[in-house]
Amino acid sequence: MKRLSLIASLLLGLAGTAFAQGGTVLLNAAGATFPYPIYSKWFDVYHTAHPNVQINYQSIGSGGGIRQLQAGTVDFGASDGPMTDEQLAQSKVKVLHFPTVLGAVVPTYNVSGVTNDLNFTQKALAGIYLGTITKWNDPEIAKANPGVKLPGDDIVVVHRSDGSGTSYIFTDFLSKASGDWKSKVGAATSVNWPVGLGGKGNEGVTGLVKQTPGSIGYIELVYAVQNKIDYGKVQNAAGKFVKADLAGVTAAAAGVAKAIPDDFRVSITNAPGPASYPISSFTWLLIPAQIPDAAKKNVIKDFLKWMLTDGQNYNEGLFYSKLPSLVVTKEMKAIALIQ
Amino acid sequence: MGTSATTIDHAAPPPAGQRSFVSRLTDGDEVAHLITLVFAAAILLITSLLVYELWINSTLSRAKFGWVFFWTRTWDPVSGDFGAAPFIYGTLVTAVVSLVIAVPLGLAAAIFLAELAPRRVSDSIAFLIDLLAAVPSVIYGLLGIFVIVPLMRTTIGPFLKTTLGFLPFFKGPNYGVGFLTAGIVLAIMIVPFIISVSREVLLTVPREQREAAMGLGATRWESTWQVVVPWARTGVMGSIFLALARALGETMAVTMVIGNDPKIAASLFAPGYTIAAVIANEFTEATGNLYLSALIELGLVLFLMTFILNGLARILIVATERGGGHGAA
Amino acid sequence: MSDIRLVWRKGLNIVMLTLTGVACFAVVAVLFMILGYLIWNGGKSLNWDFFTQLPKPVGEVGGGMANAIVGSLKLLGLAAVIGLPIGLMAGVYLAEFGGSVFSFVTRYTTDLLNGVPSIVMGIFAYTLLVLPVKHFSALAGGMALGVMVVPITVRATEEFLRAVPKSMREGAMALGASKWKTIATVILPAASGGIVTGMLLSLARVAGETAPLLFTAFSNRFWSPGLNQPIASLPVMIYTYAIAPYDDWHRQAWAAGLVLLAMVLVANLGCRLVLNRRGAYRSV
Repeated sequence: MKRLSLIASLLLGLAGTAFAQGGTVLLNAAGATFPYPIYSKWFDVYHTAHPNVQINYQSIGSGGGIRQLQAGTVDFGASDGPMTDEQLAQSKVKVLHFPTVLGAVVPTYNVSGVTNDLNFTQKALAGIYLGTITKWNDPEIAKANPGVKLPGDDIVVVHRSDGSGTSYIFTDFLSKASGDWKSKVGAATSVNWPVGLGGKGNEGVTGLVKQTPGSIGYIELVYAVQNKIDYGKVQNAAGKFVKADLAGVTAAAAGVAKAIPDDFRVSITNAPGPASYPISSFTWLLIPAQIPDAAKKNVIKDFLKWMLTDGQNYNEGLFYSKLPSLVVTKEMKAIALIQ
Repeated sequence: MGTSATTIDHAAPPPAGQRSFVSRLTDGDEVAHLITLVFAAAILLITSLLVYELWINSTLSRAKFGWVFFWTRTWDPVSGDFGAAPFIYGTLVTAVVSLVIAVPLGLAAAIFLAELAPRRVSDSIAFLIDLLAAVPSVIYGLLGIFVIVPLMRTTIGPFLKTTLGFLPFFKGPNYGVGFLTAGIVLAIMIVPFIISVSREVLLTVPREQREAAMGLGATRWESTWQVVVPWARTGVMGSIFLALARALGETMAVTMVIGNDPKIAASLFAPGYTIAAVIANEFTEATGNLYLSALIELGLVLFLMTFILNGLARILIVATERGGGHGAA
Repeated sequence: MSDIRLVWRKGLNIVMLTLTGVACFAVVAVLFMILGYLIWNGGKSLNWDFFTQLPKPVGEVGGGMANAIVGSLKLLGLAAVIGLPIGLMAGVYLAEFGGSVFSFVTRYTTDLLNGVPSIVMGIFAYTLLVLPVKHFSALAGGMALGVMVVPITVRATEEFLRAVPKSMREGAMALGASKWKTIATVILPAASGGIVTGMLLSLARVAGETAPLLFTAFSNRFWSPGLNQPIASLPVMIYTYAIAPYDDWHRQAWAAGLVLLAMVLVANLGCRLVLNRRGAYRSV
């Protein structure tokens, strides 16, 4: 009898969680790990301000975001690699891109004995990831870092094992930096990496680099800062070595702000200008143009408005740059396109 | 006053096969038979559905690549070229490494428990080992990442390089993650199965066999190794096959320590990829139906591999339990 | 000459037998080290927050896994509701009613199902319950786990039903009970100890499964109401946190690992002790 009542109360307790509180709007989203820190902050703050709205965002990689949006299993997606024309054509739903933040992809490394920032030429990064440069004291790296004692250790290359917008940004940059890379590998969210270990998500790559001596990986700036690991300077199109920071990323976007296309899909890697950080990028929320559920549609529209105004105030605290004001204005108008 | 012969006159049930459908429906036994039959049939239905779904959802990939899928080495989502070779290789290599470590260890421990240890000690240790078998895979993965990978990088790897570095298996840089690490983690996971089943199989060997050997002057070891184990040979093989099947299907622990690189490499220090790991990593983001279909085809391949192995294992174990092995002295 | 050979054989005997002892010791030592390491790391990471709070935004220290703990329990509940009845009834069929061919096929298929890798179960549940309805859900996760529960339950039920001595059946029949009444009121209760422990063992086994949940139940930062929303679970959280770089997440992963291990081991320990003590059945 006691056992029975225990079981009954357990069942009732579980049943209690079985029914949604009235009026709660639950949104499911998935995608990029690149902006995950700021998105999780935003959704948390928004939930505190609107307790009946829960936006459950899972960071599974940009490829996952695109896929799950196309499969219809999430209400909206997120990606740092904009959808290609082909993907948009294949998609059953019309998808709108909304830029959210500007971020930087940095080369992070774990090299014994090296404490100052390493300079990486464009050829060096391409060569490391192509597998043609295999040791840390290779001349291509050494010549950009005079006076730094580089060990003769093997370079452990780390890349993404999942479909990744961060990979897209990085390979997009490498394609512009090296003709070899462009022809052999190309730019996409998931490529056929010539060498290296695969980490899952920005989180996985950061974890691997942190734990593996002699390794190099590419991650979003905030992951390097939050985990206190070294990241290097990258040579930009003007030949200068720039360390990723808010100013460098904003400079990279400055050129396109006025002329950003209507669908907001644009690449700003290897941007011109002496202060530009070369591996910068927008990242986008992928919103379906038609949302049948009125409650969800209103929440999404309201969130986007909030994101473009109050939300932007959180960017710099997490090392993402704010969107240029011209882009924000254009996006506000584009929200009306969501039916 | 009394009746001459009391006959008990129930309405005798008609012979089987002649009852009306309605009366069968209301008979408790028939209903029970039917209900339980339906549930048993549900198992068949579920399994057929499983195979069907795997088959149907991999059609795109099977149609495009055909048999070449099995030995294509590229896995290129950009160009849409998929091949199973690196994953089959990785799955087999990690399984073999784990067997090489776990079988001698497991068999030796089982021999100790079955032959040498006092019954109570043997039972308690076997109980503990059964508990080890219940530990979830993701926890082994946790231990793999934080304990075994650093150990591999700092201690085991360099040790192997200095002692056995001339072998092609131990050449190349040592990252900590890789085939060998995955093999070690798998070995820890499958050893309990080998010990558990082998011990039970060894315990079924009749006393007379051991006594006969001892009577002929064999040492304890000789009687064990040359008489008892061969007698239980098929059962022990069965336990190994079971463990192998488990190792092939293992997902989480492997994907956390193998390095996630779809390449075929001779060195055990190199990173690799297994079928289960690539499905776990890439399933939710397979953009494009061909990509998803290729992953499901990999799932089908894995299913077939474990199906065959499990079948063989069952046959071997049952064969030992029924008739005992041959080849005794 | 024969002396040397004898010495060799005796020496080999001692060496090999010692080695087997060493092997056994090594295996048991590994077990204790695993448990010890987990208890040590998990124990010092456990705090009250872990059991009561939701996860915090990325990179912020603190928060807990309350939703994942409840989520795992919910998924287990679903798995039990879906899988246990099928397992029980099928086991009854095999033990009490089976014809020969159909029974053989069913047993073989059950074995087959048992050997299916859990990731393939995940694919199955995805194609069946996620694709058609277009969302991840607790139900899909529960179904994947439920199917995994069936084979162990079938085997336990069949074994323990068969173990009930003939005398009990014959006694009931002699009192005029029909077959189904015998099963329901005499045999099942007699075998109930073993059957229930078999069920608990099967649930303990699926409690730790991660792979089938990755693309069925997915995960959730919040509480998951109803059956149709994605739901967080302990194994998936352990996986996600373990491969991330944040030290605080690692701490929480150890804590979660300890909680999960405790759930699984307590269930296993409890079941096996009960089985050993009571024997396979108990008289009504």
